[in-house]
Parts: sequence; structure tokens; C-alpha cells
Amino acid sequence: MTMLVWIVGCVAALIGAGWVFRFIGRLTGGTVFRDMEIATAFGYMLALASVGLGVWLFFFVEAAVFFRWAVQGFIGFAIAAFLFRLLGRHLGPNSTRRLFRQMPLTASFGIMIVLIYAILAIFAGAIAPHGQEEVFAQVNLLPGGNVAMGGDPAFPLGTDQIGRDLLSRLIYGAQNTVGIAFATTVIAFLLGGTLGFLAATLGGWLDQLLSRMVDVLMAIPSLIFALLLMTIASAWAGSQQQLLTVYMILIIAVIDSTRVYRLARAVGGNIVVMDYIEAAKLRGEGLLYLIFKEILPNAMAPLLAEFGLRFCFVFLTIASLSFLGVGIQPPLADWGTMVRDLSQFINFAAFSPLTAALPLMAAGAIALLTVAVNFVVDWMLQKSSGLKE
Amino acid sequence: MTQPLLKIRGLKIEGRSDETWTPIINGIDLDLNRGDVLGLIGESGAGKSTLGLAAMGFTRDGCRISAGSVEFDGIELVNASAAVKRALLGKRIAYVAQSAAASFNPAHRLIDQHTEGPVQHGVMSRAESEADGIELYRKLRLPNADDIGFRYPHQVSGGQLQRAMTAMAMSCRPDLIIFDEPTTALDVTTQIEVLAAIRDIVQQFDTAAVYITHDLAVVAQMADRIKVLLQGDEVEEADTRTMLSAPTEEYTKSLWAVRRFQRPAKPAIPADATPVVSVRGITAAYAATTVLHDISFDMYAGRTVAVVGESGSGKSTVARCITGLLPPKSGAIEFMGTALPADYRKRSKDQLRQIQMIYQMADTALNPRKTIGQIIGRPVEFYLGLKGAKRRARVEDLLNLIELEPKIYFDRLPSELSGGQKQRIGIARALAAEPQFIICDEVTSALDQLVAEGILKLLARLQDELGLTYMVITHDLATVRAIADEMVVMKDGRVVEQGGKEQMFAPPHHPYTDLLLSSVPEMDPDWLTCLLEERGVDNIGDAAVGKM
Repeated sequence: MTMLVWIVGCVAALIGAGWVFRFIGRLTGGTVFRDMEIATAFGYMLALASVGLGVWLFFFVEAAVFFRWAVQGFIGFAIAAFLFRLLGRHLGPNSTRRLFRQMPLTASFGIMIVLIYAILAIFAGAIAPHGQEEVFAQVNLLPGGNVAMGGDPAFPLGTDQIGRDLLSRLIYGAQNTVGIAFATTVIAFLLGGTLGFLAATLGGWLDQLLSRMVDVLMAIPSLIFALLLMTIASAWAGSQQQLLTVYMILIIAVIDSTRVYRLARAVGGNIVVMDYIEAAKLRGEGLLYLIFKEILPNAMAPLLAEFGLRFCFVFLTIASLSFLGVGIQPPLADWGTMVRDLSQFINFAAFSPLTAALPLMAAGAIALLTVAVNFVVDWMLQKSSGLKE
Repeated sequence: MTQPLLKIRGLKIEGRSDETWTPIINGIDLDLNRGDVLGLIGESGAGKSTLGLAAMGFTRDGCRISAGSVEFDGIELVNASAAVKRALLGKRIAYVAQSAAASFNPAHRLIDQHTEGPVQHGVMSRAESEADGIELYRKLRLPNADDIGFRYPHQVSGGQLQRAMTAMAMSCRPDLIIFDEPTTALDVTTQIEVLAAIRDIVQQFDTAAVYITHDLAVVAQMADRIKVLLQGDEVEEADTRTMLSAPTEEYTKSLWAVRRFQRPAKPAIPADATPVVSVRGITAAYAATTVLHDISFDMYAGRTVAVVGESGSGKSTVARCITGLLPPKSGAIEFMGTALPADYRKRSKDQLRQIQMIYQMADTALNPRKTIGQIIGRPVEFYLGLKGAKRRARVEDLLNLIELEPKIYFDRLPSELSGGQKQRIGIARALAAEPQFIICDEVTSALDQLVAEGILKLLARLQDELGLTYMVITHDLATVRAIADEMVVMKDGRVVEQGGKEQMFAPPHHPYTDLLLSSVPEMDPDWLTCLLEERGVDNIGDAAVGKM
């Protein structure tokens, strides 16, 4: 009840402030303030209040450690992205320079993060200080490397319950989680995209058959379905861990290809009615030419956007499966498993923020990549739609 | 002299593209008195729509008024507050858009949308406005005026929608209505009804109007004065009769001359000639609906056959049957005396090569992701097997043939070309197959008159040089007059009349041909008045069709 009173009071105060703000603005006589809706003025006040709250939390509230880290991270990444874009504008061939010149900061941030992850994943063996399965004597070391705080300079991000170096496991996790997710997404797109375009081009009974099959697969909640199939697969795979990973890639690829199929069929359906497709058909072109030379180039923009999103979803599915214990199997390092293993430490957040940061690092790695991929996809979409006009 | 209702002085409008402001309108003056109709004409890109919108103090997104004033009845609209504009728009200034079908909200009934304005502005109550709407529908001669308003937009034909929209604009009895190409999307026979209705109601209520169009003959019927625009500049303004009889500027004269392009008649067809393509007793259907009934006609080498009719008459379906996209239920298509397989998939590569098609909308007929070189090069490679340098040389020959500089256009994308240039690329793609027979499906109807004339002249030249046979599908009789040798008139899936052009244009006509021919607007300001008197004012069009 008090909560409600508070909210109503705050909104009323902000509306009042907005009215005053607009009134003062109107005294200056500009057209902007004259035509401003009260809702717009309220929005300005709300934004101002939010910024004020942020500043207050950042400087004056001792306990808001995570908020402070987030703000620092945000500013740090923004500066890094800016420098990265600056670098791109002055180095390399002319074509990439031109690309960087028109790039928004979010996109350069996304590309930077994706590049870093790619480098980490490819050169994990050379970059990681220790092996992913190496067990050390010191258990549950805190991150930071400060001996007084319970850390060790040899393990900058600390160690887990059985004494494995977390930094090395994070780096190897990039290789396993991202690599597998990428492979899975590519397979899902090859499968779903090809079938979707086929259904759109040929139509008729093939379209009906494929679409109804996809409907059946989509009707089952995907995570439950994946769990079910993974249980069966783990019985088939027996003790062969690599085989289980292959099964997992195929299972998630098939489940996710249904979404790709839907999109490819819808986009393809809009393209096949175009006159240039009719012209190509009347020319006597074959099915493969129609799909890959006429339809695909025009469907590229939505498919790329979907690729970025789908990659994130696949990635999260793998992490969820690993978290539930049927995904990537130990001792292979994986971010989902790491979050699960360290999850209890979250409870210590009130006493020692550093301890609670342990599970958050793997979760943060997942979140960062998801955000970065989405930024890049947004930018690509904007670019391709801008070209059309 | 009283104050003009609308007074525009030194209006400049700029549009934002590629981070810079480019001028769209460079300083135009305009005066419009109460009850007068001003016609604005010009090609696309001349700024007529922008000027029309600016008369309401409105600019499209990404545009701004950079200088000048727009005064409506003494009220300055440039930089007017939202409240001032809100009180004027809809109530005292109304707007009728080009596509009524796209402008009505498909989820609400016509009368609901009609009454919205008057109720919002407090002019009338809902019940009064409804009664008034029905009265306006009757004045605009809409059929079933009493209940047409209670239909949804998709239940009403295009011409009726356009009239309903005019009624909606009239609902608050505005002082000024802006008509933005209200009949461009309509058939000639429907256009007459809308034109007559608009003209009557504007006169009846003594409303001032700005009538925007690219069709000179239409503007001649509607406007008291005409203003010609070219790329944001005024070319000239004059009284309609003066303008038609004695245009002073070169540009205006060239606009007037477009309609006079006509090819010399060809010698008669030799008696023993085999038709290139012969349509023999075609009956075709989409699912259960029969759309073509026993169509037969022949097309001979080096000649042009125009297939004419309203939308829905089945003229495009004939083309789909000839190309094999829609296998007919009975009848056959013969090419040089031998029957072609009904389905295009069963035709040989050479049979496909011989029949090519040019589409109405060049925008959708060219793959937007391919360069011009790829678009034209593909049929060259596919049919003739030319590769690499030979292919490139052939594409450059073709580009020269359609009067586009190969060096400039070879690597461009379709989006970097103008509408007329795109249509030329469509022609080049058809020519690349080296066919004998080309179907032109409304190739000029989406183009400005000057550009369309260029395309028609190009087609005529190519026919003379390469001995091509054309089948031209069109609803525009000016096109027929310009390039056709024979004419086939279609209605409701049947051939109404066919024969040589001279014979067809001379009376006596079949009643439907007569209706079509007489519906084409002429450059005479009295044409519409005379025509309406001839036909009897009530139920124009409908009556003429009914007589058949």
C-alpha cells in the first residue's frame, strides 16, 4: 500500500516538474516548448530523475558495489569501443576504413567484443595460463589476486571448489560454448533455410508436408524437448563424451531450424511473387538457380538478423542444458556449467561482493556476447534497409 | 480585389538526403481565390505533391520549409503551432490522396471514418454527420447511397472509394481541398465518373481546390487555372484555355506534343503469311472461376497488336496463357504454326527464348540485388552460351541499343536508376534472349508522359530494326494510337471487337469500344461537359455499359 502511494506520489511530482519545466521553457518563446506535450515533458523529467538516482547510487551509496561495477564497465567498454573505432578509421584497407567511418558506437563495441571472443576461442590453448582440467591445491580462491583479500596473483580470477583456475576455464569456455553454438546455428540455418525456400518456391503438397512437420516440432516446448532427446542421446552415446556433444549439436540444430524454416518460408513467399522471379522461371532457370541466385540475395538481411538472434538463443540453450547437467560434459569447461557450479556463492553477495562475483563472471561472459551480437546484427539490418531506399 | 484564400510567397522546401539538404521547391508563389480550382502539373519529382502538402502547412518526414510563407485566409501556417493547424486541417482544409484504398482504414466502415472529422471538430453531431454523409454520397452519385457507407473499404470498388474519400473531405464543408492525383490509379471509364463527381461537388459548394495530376487532359477538365512545375520551379501559370491554346514555354509545349507521337501505318499483311503467335480458342480459369472465354487472335511478324480493356477484363491473363504460366483449359497457343506445350515447364529452351516479356512495374521486375550487367548478362549466357569478355561485349551492345551508356550503367544496381531507365533495362533483358515475340504488359503506365513517349519510340525503333512482333497490353488508348497496328478490345474475358487500328478508331464501333474510346480525356476543356451531356448526366458510365 505504501509502495503504491510512493509510486503515485513520484509520478505526480514528476508531472508537476514537467509542467514547470515546460512553462519556464515557454517563457523563452521557442517553438519546441510551445508544441511540447505534457507527456513529453514528463519523459524528460523521468530521464533526469533516473540519471540523478544513478549518480547518487554511484557516489554516495557504499553498498551498491555491483551497480558501481556495472557503470564502470559500461564507461570502460564505451571508451574501448570508441578507441577501437578510431583505430579502424586509420588502419587497414580503404574499404574497412569507410565502413568504420559510418559505424555507430554500439556496432563497433559489438564487433570488438565478437573479435575478442573469436581470438580467445581460437587461441585458447596459447592464451590460457593453465589447462582447463588442471587441478590445483588452492580451492575457492577469490578473484582479484590480492593476497590480503584471500586471492593469489597466479590465479587472477581465483579458483573453483576443486581448485581449477577460473580464468583458464573462462577462456576455454569460449572455445567450447561459442564454437559449439556457432556450429549448431550454421547447421540450423542450412537445414531450415534450404527447406523454407524450397517450400516457398515449390508450394503445394511439399510445403504442406514440411510446414505441418515443423508445426509438430514447434508445438513441443523446445527446452523440454531438447532435454528429453538429450536423455535418450546420452543413453545412446554411453561413455563416449564426444558423441554426446555431436548429438547435442544435431538435436539443437533440428529444433532451432524450425524457427529458421518459418522465417525463410515467409520471406521467400514474399519474394517468389515478384516479377523478376517470374521472369527467371520463364527463362527456364532451374530450382537451385532460383533459390540461391534470385531469392537468397534478397532474403539476406532478415536471415542475417535472425542468425544473430538465433545464435544467442542456441548459445543460451546450450548453457541451460549444461546448467541442467546434460549439455557439455565435464571436465570440458563451459560457461553454463560454471554458473551452475558456482551458483551458491551468490548468497554471499551481502558480505563479500568478490565472492559473489565468481558465478557472475561466466554469466557476464554470456550476457556480453549476446548483447554484442545483437548490436552487430542491428547495425547490419540498418545498413541493408538503408541501401534499399 | 479581395484577399486570396491561399497565398504562398517565395516558398522553399528542402529534403534531407545523405546528410545534406537538397532543395525540392525553390521559391514558388501561388494565389488561390475562393471557389477557384488550380491545376498543378508536372512530372514525378517536380514537387507538385510537396507543394500540395505545404499548402496545408505540412511537410513529409525529412523535409522542411526553409523560407517563404503559406497564408491561409490570413493565418500563417509556416511555424504555426500544432493547435492552430489542428483546428484548420480537416475542418477548413481537406486532403484527398491518390490511393483511396491505401488511405482508408480497412478496419472501420466508411461512414465511421466519414463522421470522425465533423464530430472531432464539433461541427456536427454523429447523427447529423451520418445523414449528411449519405446526402454527400448521393450528390457524388454513389450507387446505394443509403447503405454504401456501412460497408468496409474492401467491399467497395476503387472508383467508389475515391468518391467516398471526396465525400469525407467535404464532410466539414472546407474552404480548400487538395486533390493529389485522385484518378491516376483508375481505369478510363471509372475515371470519368470520379472526375465528373468531383467537379460537380466542388462547384456546388463553391470550394476552392488545388488539383494535382500529371495528366494534362484531366487537368484541362478540372481547373480554372494551370500551373506547370519542373523540378521545383514554376515554368508558367495561365488560364486553362490560354495555357492549352498558346503555351509560351518550350517545356510546356513539349508536354503538349507528347500525345501526338504516332507511327506511320504499315503495309497490309500478306495473305499467305504465318502468324508468329496465334491464340486459338483459349478458355482459361483460376480455380473454378473462368476468366477467359474462347479467345482467338493472330499476331504477324513485325507488327504490334494492342490488347485493350479495363482492369479485370482478362488481358493480362491472355499473356499468362501465351507464356505458359497459366495453362488454358482448352485451346492452344501456336508459335510459327506449331502448337506450344501449354505449361512453360514443358517448353524447350528455344521455345522459351522466342517469347519474352516486359513488365509493368520495373521495380519488381528487376532483382534489386543484381547489377545491370548481371541482369542483362544472365539471359545472354543462359540462351546463347556467351561467357566472359564475349558476354560483356554483348551486354554493352544491348545497353547501347537501349540508349544507355554501358560504362556508366554496367555495374549499377536497379535502385540507382530512374523509372524510365529501369524500364529500358527490362527491354534490354527481353532483347538479350534474341526473341521474335515480346509481350509488353502496361510498360508505360507507371511512367511520366515524356518518359513514356521515349519508351514507346524506343520500342518502335527496335521493331523496325529487329523485325520484332509485339503484343502490347494496355488500358491507355494514347499508347495504342501511338504504336499499335492491330487492336483487340476485351471485356469480361471475351474479345469484344478486333481489327486494324484505322478501322477500329473510325466509327461505327461496338458500344463497349465506343465507351472506351470516348472516355479517354481530350485536351479540350469542354470535353467532359460535352461528353456528359451526350451520355446523360445521371449514372454516367453505368448507363453506357447497361445499354450493351
